[in-house]
Amino acid sequence: MSDFNREARLLTTPFHSRVAAMCDLNDWGNWMGYTTPNAYFDVELEYFAVRSTTGVFDLSPMNKYRVTGPDAERYLNRLITRDVTKIGVNRVGYAIWCDDNGQVIDDGTIFRLGEQDYRICSYQRADDWLAWNTLGFDVSIENESDAVAGLAVQGPTSCTILTLLGCTDLNQLKPFGIAHYTFEGRPLMVSRTGFTGDLGYEVWVPPESAVALWDQLFELGRDYLIKPIGSHALELARIEAGFLQAKVDFMPAEEIVRVGRSRSPFELGLSWLVDFSKPLFNGRSALLKEQAKGSRYRFAMLDVEGNKPAEHSFILKGDKQVGTVTSAAWCPTAKANIAYAQIEVPHGAVGDELVAEIYYQRELHWTRLLAPCKVIDAPIFKSPKRWQTPAPPH
Amino acid sequence: MNQYDAIVIGAGHNGLTNGAYLAKAGLKVAVLERNPYIGGATVSRELHKGWYYSNCSYVSSLLRPEITRDLELPRHGLQVVPFGGGATFTRNGDYFGNYSDHDRHYREIARHSKRDANAYDRYAADTSLQTKLIRPYLLRTPPDPTSLKPRDLRDLLEFARSFMALGEEKLLDTIKFWTASVGDYLNEYFETDVIKAHMAGSGIIGTALGVYSPGTAYVLLHHYMGDVDGNVGAWGFARGGMGAIANALSKAFQSYGGEIICDANVDEIMVRNGHVTGVALKDGTEYRAPVVVSNLDPKRTFLDITNPSDLPKDVLKKARNFKIRGSSGKLNIALDGLPVFNGLDPKSRLMAGDLHFSDSLERQERAYDDWKAGTWSKDPYLDMMIPSLTDPTMAPPGKHMMSVFVQYAPPKIEGREWTDEDKDGFEKSVIDQISNYSPNFRDLILHCETRTPREIEAEVGLTEGNIFMGELTFDQLLFNRPFPGYAQYRGPIKGMYLCSSGTHPGGGVMAAPGANAAREILADLKRPNTVPGGYADD
Repeated sequence: MSDFNREARLLTTPFHSRVAAMCDLNDWGNWMGYTTPNAYFDVELEYFAVRSTTGVFDLSPMNKYRVTGPDAERYLNRLITRDVTKIGVNRVGYAIWCDDNGQVIDDGTIFRLGEQDYRICSYQRADDWLAWNTLGFDVSIENESDAVAGLAVQGPTSCTILTLLGCTDLNQLKPFGIAHYTFEGRPLMVSRTGFTGDLGYEVWVPPESAVALWDQLFELGRDYLIKPIGSHALELARIEAGFLQAKVDFMPAEEIVRVGRSRSPFELGLSWLVDFSKPLFNGRSALLKEQAKGSRYRFAMLDVEGNKPAEHSFILKGDKQVGTVTSAAWCPTAKANIAYAQIEVPHGAVGDELVAEIYYQRELHWTRLLAPCKVIDAPIFKSPKRWQTPAPPH
Repeated sequence: MNQYDAIVIGAGHNGLTNGAYLAKAGLKVAVLERNPYIGGATVSRELHKGWYYSNCSYVSSLLRPEITRDLELPRHGLQVVPFGGGATFTRNGDYFGNYSDHDRHYREIARHSKRDANAYDRYAADTSLQTKLIRPYLLRTPPDPTSLKPRDLRDLLEFARSFMALGEEKLLDTIKFWTASVGDYLNEYFETDVIKAHMAGSGIIGTALGVYSPGTAYVLLHHYMGDVDGNVGAWGFARGGMGAIANALSKAFQSYGGEIICDANVDEIMVRNGHVTGVALKDGTEYRAPVVVSNLDPKRTFLDITNPSDLPKDVLKKARNFKIRGSSGKLNIALDGLPVFNGLDPKSRLMAGDLHFSDSLERQERAYDDWKAGTWSKDPYLDMMIPSLTDPTMAPPGKHMMSVFVQYAPPKIEGREWTDEDKDGFEKSVIDQISNYSPNFRDLILHCETRTPREIEAEVGLTEGNIFMGELTFDQLLFNRPFPGYAQYRGPIKGMYLCSSGTHPGGGVMAAPGANAAREILADLKRPNTVPGGYADD
């Protein structure tokens, strides 16, 4: 007998009973302290649900913060690097926030629910950071992570399925738009957002609605080939679509122990999210200085020759090591071998030809491969459906 | 005017691939197509409103990923979605399921035989070894064993080396494998009828041979050597049907400035002073080019559209003797709902894969006996798919499209042409067999397109309806394809080339023949090569 009482290490999400029932592979991971499936039945087929039909991903463990009060807009504009005033009511904006050194703390989405009413969805927990930043602003911050359950419903048939669920005229919703509905007497919010680069939505409900939402989605979606997807399939889709992942492609600045391991927005290819024309924001002066002086690193999207993913590869220019790969995958829809790398300036500009030092193992035998690669300016995967309004039926 | 650098005859996937690589090299290229639509046997057609049929080829695995990537086919709209599963239903109401997950697959085989379940790993390793031998040669021109050219000698040496490196035992196994029957090969591993029958199907599809005919083990390999995103042996559906492949290729071709001319029925390849000068259509139109590439099968190329007086006698003889026997037909069915099959939960993922009803090698061999007797199989081997379980664009929601590949169907019935009554009989034998295992199937049929070798030959142009444009037996593979001396994509007339599935590495919607032929043409024209090399398969 153990001296300790057994206690559950991980929490479960409001969808767990349904998720567990569909998780054939019993392949679980830990996301933010929640039990979440790495894969349900087949990573490839789950990935293709997102690309060809509809894939459903439980994103309830996302951190959600409600920001309200007379200074909510001003507060957020101080917090994030882009101009929050340009995000209209019932619109969503992708955003990053920096520390005073202009180093990225996290990325996330800002939902503008009212004039002075926002929700931040972040990868990292941000309670402390958000609280410190309220100094001098009349705002209140509420952690509503547990109060809002969410599903990403992504793929070509997603609009059709959600319309059947009662989301009337959803096909008119523009990318990054928000629409409000009622589901079984409780509010249901849909945003045309996602992490897959295709037509897709995120559906937000109170936890009490979660199980019914899941059941109805899968019932109504059957003829539209709806499938659950786990984090491995989503990872493949996001790399193909060109999205960065915190703690994979960059380290949150507040967690950095070793000097120089954090990154600025410029170094992550996110300069388009930095707006110097707006009022003071965290990291502004440091970023202005960096802009004048030049960055240390460059984010590079690489098109790698051959079909071996350049996972954890060193990137070489000639014989010299100039960078490392943070994410890499053979992308099944783009049919391209894509890697994201951090490259030391001056290397890594678009068009630069580099070499990925790839190691791969077959039957316990390791092979070293030097694969030529080229820096490309945008993801090869581009789904026209992502931007079409009205959204196509499939 | 009608003057081009190169003319390709036939807008199937190989013709379009060939044209794309020639146009990419800067040539002015026209691809001529007899039908009002492109695709050849790589086509999707809405033959019943709301339902799209991949009415010839129906699945994709062999399409070379190097070509897909190089010609940017995804950007031109191509998406190949893998399917999982598959099952063979048995006469006793049970089934054998094919799972992509190794452990689930083990358990399913073990349900029938524990020994077979364990032997499967040995079978998979041995068969993978064979795919590894052949895969590096798919995007390469086969070496000519009679040639002393440095390239041929180098390639032959490499070929020999890769075989010798196997060691004596595996080399002998390999020689046996390449000549064995699929039945004998499977008998060395498995004891259970339904498991052997499920796997043997890949050895006979598209081939006028039975499971016990020597050479069919290689045909099995031909169906195993492809891949979807590196998963060797996996198969998938082109989203929107197989026509999506031809459509994407045509857009790639056109993006390089190529021109597609439909309703252009070639009558003859024009030749002057031993060099091609272009083609003449049946309507009298002439298109001129110093390079003419035929994507028609070798028989049609040499016996139908080339003047015999322009050809050496040995080519005429070899073309006449080329084995291109019709062996299969197809039913494309619009269904009002999902059929239920004996013993299998209709919600099972197995339903999304290839479904069959021949539960023993014996039954498969009997089906072949009917072919030999000059008639269609009364108890046929079916390779049946419901692509609408994977692709939502093939049929209206809740409805389904079913593709039924049927073997065997002879090119002629007891020596005479197929009649409409024969076609009805053929259709009935298929529908009856499916109905024996699916009580609601017959009532769900909304529309059925039935294609015997007669229709396939008449509409698609495949001689005898042979889907591979020539049988895939060792006497017609590698440097023997289509025949010795002409396996490097060059015809016997200067400026004449071959790029069809009748050349190496054969049929199955690979696009490799079209690409390989383009590489040879560009070399002859002293143009830079635009064709990518193959990925290393290690």
